[in-house]
Amino acid sequence: MQLDKKLIGHTFKPFTTTVEAGKIRLFCKAIGEENPIYVDEAAAKADGYRTIPAPPTYLTAVTNDDPDKGGLLRLLNVDIGLILHGEQHYEYLAPVHVGDKITCQQKVVDIYDKKGGALWFVASETELKDQTGKLVAKAKGITVVRNPDAGKK
Amino acid sequence: MTSVPKFDQVKVGDEIKPIVLPPISRHQLALYCGGSGDHNPIHVDIDFAKKFGFKDVFAHGMLSMAFLGRIVTSWVPQKQVRGLGTRFTSITWVGDVITVSGKVTGKREANGEKLVDLEVKCTNQNGQDTLQGNATVALA
Repeated sequence: MQLDKKLIGHTFKPFTTTVEAGKIRLFCKAIGEENPIYVDEAAAKADGYRTIPAPPTYLTAVTNDDPDKGGLLRLLNVDIGLILHGEQHYEYLAPVHVGDKITCQQKVVDIYDKKGGALWFVASETELKDQTGKLVAKAKGITVVRNPDAGKK
Repeated sequence: MTSVPKFDQVKVGDEIKPIVLPPISRHQLALYCGGSGDHNPIHVDIDFAKKFGFKDVFAHGMLSMAFLGRIVTSWVPQKQVRGLGTRFTSITWVGDVITVSGKVTGKREANGEKLVDLEVKCTNQNGQDTLQGNATVALA
Protein backbone atom coordinates (compact mmCIF):
# COMPACT_ATOMS: atom_id res chain seq x y z
CA MET A 1 0.00 0.00 0.00
CA GLN A 2 1.22 3.45 -0.86
CA LEU A 3 -0.66 6.71 -0.55
CA ASP A 4 -0.71 9.16 -3.41
CA LYS A 5 1.15 12.33 -2.44
CA LYS A 6 -0.52 14.10 -5.33
CA LEU A 7 -3.59 14.25 -3.07
CA ILE A 8 -1.83 16.90 -0.96
CA GLY A 9 -3.84 20.06 -1.45
CA HIS A 10 -7.11 18.25 -2.14
CA THR A 11 -10.00 20.29 -0.79
CA PHE A 12 -13.24 18.59 0.17
CA LYS A 13 -16.71 19.88 -0.58
CA PRO A 14 -17.86 22.07 2.33
CA PHE A 15 -20.94 21.14 4.32
CA THR A 16 -23.06 22.93 6.91
CA THR A 17 -24.45 21.44 10.10
CA THR A 18 -26.49 22.86 12.96
CA VAL A 19 -25.21 22.53 16.54
CA GLU A 20 -27.91 20.62 18.43
CA ALA A 21 -28.63 20.63 22.18
CA GLY A 22 -29.63 16.95 22.29
CA LYS A 23 -26.43 15.82 20.66
CA ILE A 24 -24.32 17.92 23.05
CA ARG A 25 -26.22 16.27 25.91
CA LEU A 26 -25.34 12.80 24.59
CA PHE A 27 -21.72 13.89 23.99
CA CYS A 28 -21.45 15.12 27.59
CA LYS A 29 -22.94 11.90 28.93
CA ALA A 30 -20.34 9.94 26.96
CA ILE A 31 -17.37 11.98 28.19
CA GLY A 32 -18.61 12.27 31.79
CA GLU A 33 -18.97 16.06 31.62
CA GLU A 34 -21.44 17.21 34.26
CA ASN A 35 -21.19 21.00 34.10
CA PRO A 36 -24.81 22.20 33.81
CA ILE A 37 -23.88 24.89 31.26
CA TYR A 38 -23.78 22.16 28.60
CA VAL A 39 -27.33 20.97 29.21
CA ASP A 40 -29.23 23.83 30.83
CA GLU A 41 -29.70 27.08 28.95
CA ALA A 42 -30.36 29.04 32.15
CA ALA A 43 -27.11 27.80 33.69
CA ALA A 44 -25.24 28.71 30.50
CA LYS A 45 -26.68 32.22 30.50
CA ALA A 46 -25.92 32.64 34.21
CA ASP A 47 -22.31 31.82 33.36
CA GLY A 48 -22.15 34.47 30.66
CA TYR A 49 -22.88 32.41 27.54
CA ARG A 50 -25.44 33.44 24.91
CA THR A 51 -26.93 29.97 25.19
CA ILE A 52 -25.56 26.44 25.67
CA PRO A 53 -21.94 26.32 24.40
CA ALA A 54 -20.42 23.35 22.59
CA PRO A 55 -17.70 21.70 24.74
CA PRO A 56 -14.15 22.21 23.39
CA THR A 57 -13.82 18.88 21.61
CA TYR A 58 -17.44 18.80 20.49
CA LEU A 59 -16.06 20.30 17.28
CA THR A 60 -15.22 16.72 16.31
CA ALA A 61 -18.95 15.95 16.29
CA VAL A 62 -19.46 19.02 14.09
CA THR A 63 -16.81 17.99 11.58
CA ASN A 64 -18.00 14.35 11.70
CA ASP A 65 -21.50 15.40 10.63
CA ASP A 66 -20.47 15.43 6.98
CA PRO A 67 -23.26 14.02 4.78
CA ASP A 68 -20.42 12.68 2.64
CA LYS A 69 -18.92 10.91 5.69
CA GLY A 70 -15.71 8.99 5.11
CA GLY A 71 -14.59 11.22 2.27
CA LEU A 72 -10.94 11.24 3.36
CA LEU A 73 -10.78 7.44 3.46
CA ARG A 74 -12.44 7.16 0.06
CA LEU A 75 -10.03 9.71 -1.34
CA LEU A 76 -7.08 7.74 0.03
CA ASN A 77 -8.69 4.39 -0.79
CA VAL A 78 -7.98 3.17 2.75
CA ASP A 79 -10.07 0.81 4.88
CA ILE A 80 -11.40 2.35 8.11
CA GLY A 81 -10.00 -0.57 10.12
CA LEU A 82 -6.46 0.51 9.25
CA ILE A 83 -6.53 4.03 10.62
CA LEU A 84 -5.49 5.47 13.96
CA HIS A 85 -5.65 9.03 15.18
CA GLY A 86 -2.17 10.51 15.46
CA GLU A 87 -2.74 14.09 16.51
CA GLN A 88 -5.53 16.62 16.86
CA HIS A 89 -5.29 20.35 17.46
CA TYR A 90 -7.97 23.00 17.83
CA GLU A 91 -7.62 26.74 17.70
CA TYR A 92 -10.70 28.47 19.15
CA LEU A 93 -11.37 31.86 17.63
CA ALA A 94 -14.98 32.41 18.73
CA PRO A 95 -17.47 30.46 20.82
CA VAL A 96 -19.78 27.89 19.19
CA HIS A 97 -23.28 27.60 20.61
CA VAL A 98 -26.43 25.54 20.19
CA GLY A 99 -28.28 26.73 17.10
CA ASP A 100 -25.16 27.86 15.25
CA LYS A 101 -24.93 26.69 11.67
CA ILE A 102 -21.32 25.73 11.13
CA THR A 103 -19.79 25.30 7.69
CA CYS A 104 -16.77 22.99 7.60
CA GLN A 105 -14.22 22.61 4.88
CA GLN A 106 -11.38 20.14 5.08
CA LYS A 107 -8.15 20.18 3.11
CA VAL A 108 -5.34 17.63 2.90
CA VAL A 109 -2.13 19.45 3.80
CA ASP A 110 0.48 16.69 3.96
CA ILE A 111 1.02 13.00 3.26
CA TYR A 112 4.19 11.20 4.35
CA ASP A 113 5.38 7.81 5.54
CA LYS A 114 7.62 6.50 8.31
CA LYS A 115 9.25 3.19 9.12
CA GLY A 116 9.87 2.40 5.46
CA GLY A 117 6.23 2.82 4.52
CA ALA A 118 4.83 0.72 7.37
CA LEU A 119 2.93 3.77 8.60
CA TRP A 120 1.49 6.60 6.55
CA PHE A 121 0.48 9.97 7.93
CA VAL A 122 -2.17 12.20 6.45
CA ALA A 123 -2.42 15.73 7.85
CA SER A 124 -5.54 17.74 7.20
CA GLU A 125 -6.91 21.10 8.24
CA THR A 126 -10.53 22.06 8.63
CA GLU A 127 -11.91 25.56 8.85
CA LEU A 128 -15.15 26.05 10.75
CA LYS A 129 -17.21 29.15 10.01
CA ASP A 130 -20.48 30.21 11.57
CA GLN A 131 -23.68 31.41 9.89
CA THR A 132 -22.25 34.93 9.54
CA GLY A 133 -19.17 33.64 7.73
CA LYS A 134 -16.91 34.29 10.71
CA LEU A 135 -14.08 31.81 11.25
CA VAL A 136 -14.83 30.29 14.68
CA ALA A 137 -12.24 27.51 14.83
CA LYS A 138 -9.48 25.74 12.99
CA ALA A 139 -8.92 22.02 13.38
CA LYS A 140 -5.76 20.17 12.40
CA GLY A 141 -5.62 16.42 12.48
CA ILE A 142 -3.17 13.69 11.63
CA THR A 143 -4.59 10.35 10.55
CA VAL A 144 -2.23 7.39 10.74
CA VAL A 145 -2.73 4.57 8.25
CA ARG A 146 -1.29 1.16 9.11
CA ASN A 147 0.08 -0.41 5.95
CA PRO A 148 -1.47 -3.90 5.72
CA ASP A 149 1.41 -4.96 3.44
CA ALA A 150 4.11 -4.04 5.97
CA GLY A 151 6.29 -7.01 6.86
CA LYS A 152 5.07 -9.04 3.86
CA LYS A 153 7.48 -10.07 1.13
CA MET B 1 -15.98 25.93 39.47
CA THR B 2 -14.48 27.37 42.59
CA SER B 3 -12.58 30.46 41.55
CA VAL B 4 -11.07 31.34 38.20
CA PRO B 5 -7.27 31.69 38.37
CA LYS B 6 -5.79 35.12 37.72
CA PHE B 7 -2.86 35.66 35.40
CA ASP B 8 -0.70 37.39 38.01
CA GLN B 9 -1.26 34.63 40.57
CA VAL B 10 -0.53 31.71 38.27
CA LYS B 11 3.03 30.35 38.26
CA VAL B 12 4.83 28.07 35.86
CA GLY B 13 4.70 24.62 37.45
CA ASP B 14 1.29 25.12 39.04
CA GLU B 15 -0.73 21.94 38.78
CA ILE B 16 -4.42 21.52 38.06
CA LYS B 17 -6.28 19.12 40.31
CA PRO B 18 -6.16 15.75 38.48
CA ILE B 19 -9.30 13.91 37.42
CA VAL B 20 -9.33 10.14 37.97
CA LEU B 21 -11.89 8.61 35.65
CA PRO B 22 -13.96 5.47 36.08
CA PRO B 23 -12.64 2.54 34.01
CA ILE B 24 -13.36 2.90 30.28
CA SER B 25 -16.41 0.75 29.50
CA ARG B 26 -17.87 -0.62 26.30
CA HIS B 27 -21.03 1.30 27.12
CA GLN B 28 -19.07 4.55 27.21
CA LEU B 29 -17.58 3.78 23.79
CA ALA B 30 -21.06 3.14 22.39
CA LEU B 31 -22.30 6.44 23.80
CA TYR B 32 -19.30 8.26 22.38
CA CYS B 33 -19.80 6.62 18.97
CA GLY B 34 -23.26 8.20 18.83
CA GLY B 35 -22.41 11.45 20.58
CA SER B 36 -19.33 12.22 18.50
CA GLY B 37 -20.51 10.90 15.16
CA ASP B 38 -17.33 8.80 14.91
CA HIS B 39 -18.93 5.57 13.76
CA ASN B 40 -15.71 3.63 13.16
CA PRO B 41 -16.70 0.06 14.20
CA ILE B 42 -13.21 -0.59 15.56
CA HIS B 43 -14.31 1.13 18.80
CA VAL B 44 -17.55 -0.77 19.36
CA ASP B 45 -17.49 -4.04 17.37
CA ILE B 46 -15.03 -6.60 18.73
CA ASP B 47 -15.38 -8.81 15.64
CA PHE B 48 -14.32 -5.91 13.45
CA ALA B 49 -11.44 -4.99 15.78
CA LYS B 50 -10.12 -8.56 15.74
CA LYS B 51 -10.35 -8.71 11.96
CA PHE B 52 -7.92 -5.80 11.86
CA GLY B 53 -5.46 -7.35 14.30
CA PHE B 54 -6.54 -5.87 17.63
CA LYS B 55 -7.26 -7.99 20.72
CA ASP B 56 -10.36 -5.97 21.57
CA VAL B 57 -12.12 -2.69 20.84
CA PHE B 58 -10.37 0.42 22.12
CA ALA B 59 -11.35 3.96 23.01
CA HIS B 60 -11.69 6.70 20.44
CA GLY B 61 -8.69 9.01 20.70
CA MET B 62 -11.12 11.89 20.70
CA LEU B 63 -12.90 10.49 23.78
CA SER B 64 -9.64 10.86 25.67
CA MET B 65 -9.09 14.30 24.15
CA ALA B 66 -12.49 15.23 25.58
CA PHE B 67 -11.02 14.37 29.00
CA LEU B 68 -8.26 16.90 28.31
CA GLY B 69 -11.02 19.40 27.53
CA ARG B 70 -12.68 18.55 30.83
CA ILE B 71 -9.61 19.26 32.93
CA VAL B 72 -8.99 22.57 31.16
CA THR B 73 -12.61 23.69 31.66
CA SER B 74 -12.44 22.55 35.28
CA TRP B 75 -9.72 25.19 35.70
CA VAL B 76 -11.06 28.06 33.59
CA PRO B 77 -14.44 28.74 31.97
CA GLN B 78 -14.65 27.42 28.44
CA LYS B 79 -14.92 30.89 26.95
CA GLN B 80 -11.30 31.48 28.04
CA VAL B 81 -9.95 28.45 26.18
CA ARG B 82 -7.99 29.48 23.09
CA GLY B 83 -6.43 26.23 22.00
CA LEU B 84 -6.28 22.52 22.74
CA GLY B 85 -4.11 19.96 21.02
CA THR B 86 -2.70 16.51 21.59
CA ARG B 87 -0.67 13.63 20.31
CA PHE B 88 -2.24 10.23 20.81
CA THR B 89 0.71 8.27 22.17
CA SER B 90 -0.79 4.90 23.05
CA ILE B 91 -4.08 3.04 22.79
CA THR B 92 -6.65 3.24 25.58
CA TRP B 93 -8.30 -0.14 26.15
CA VAL B 94 -11.60 -1.10 27.73
CA GLY B 95 -11.04 -1.28 31.49
CA ASP B 96 -8.18 1.21 31.52
CA VAL B 97 -8.27 3.69 34.38
CA ILE B 98 -7.22 7.08 33.08
CA THR B 99 -5.94 9.96 35.16
CA VAL B 100 -6.08 13.39 33.56
CA SER B 101 -3.52 15.91 34.72
CA GLY B 102 -2.37 19.36 33.80
CA LYS B 103 0.22 21.94 34.72
CA VAL B 104 1.26 25.43 33.75
CA THR B 105 4.22 25.53 31.37
CA GLY B 106 4.30 29.16 30.30
CA LYS B 107 2.87 32.64 30.53
CA ARG B 108 2.87 35.19 27.74
CA GLU B 109 0.96 38.03 26.15
CA ALA B 110 -0.29 37.87 22.58
CA ASN B 111 -3.09 39.50 20.58
CA GLY B 112 -3.79 41.77 23.54
CA GLU B 113 -4.50 38.83 25.83
CA LYS B 114 -2.71 37.35 28.81
CA LEU B 115 -2.18 33.74 27.88
CA VAL B 116 -1.20 30.73 29.94
CA ASP B 117 0.11 27.57 28.30
CA LEU B 118 -0.65 24.24 29.88
CA GLU B 119 0.63 20.72 29.47
CA VAL B 120 -2.30 18.33 29.75
CA LYS B 121 -2.17 14.58 29.55
CA CYS B 122 -3.96 11.30 30.07
CA THR B 123 -2.08 8.54 31.85
CA ASN B 124 -3.22 4.95 32.30
CA GLN B 125 -3.07 2.71 35.38
CA ASN B 126 0.43 1.54 34.37
CA GLY B 127 1.81 5.05 34.37
CA GLN B 128 1.94 5.21 30.58
CA ASP B 129 0.82 8.43 28.89
CA THR B 130 -1.95 7.80 26.39
CA LEU B 131 -2.28 11.44 25.38
CA GLN B 132 0.35 14.17 25.57
CA GLY B 133 -1.36 17.45 24.94
CA ASN B 134 -1.27 21.15 25.46
CA ALA B 135 -3.75 23.93 25.93
CA THR B 136 -3.75 27.70 25.88
CA VAL B 137 -6.12 29.74 28.01
CA ALA B 138 -6.63 33.47 28.42
CA LEU B 139 -6.65 34.79 31.98
CA ALA B 140 -7.66 38.17 33.34
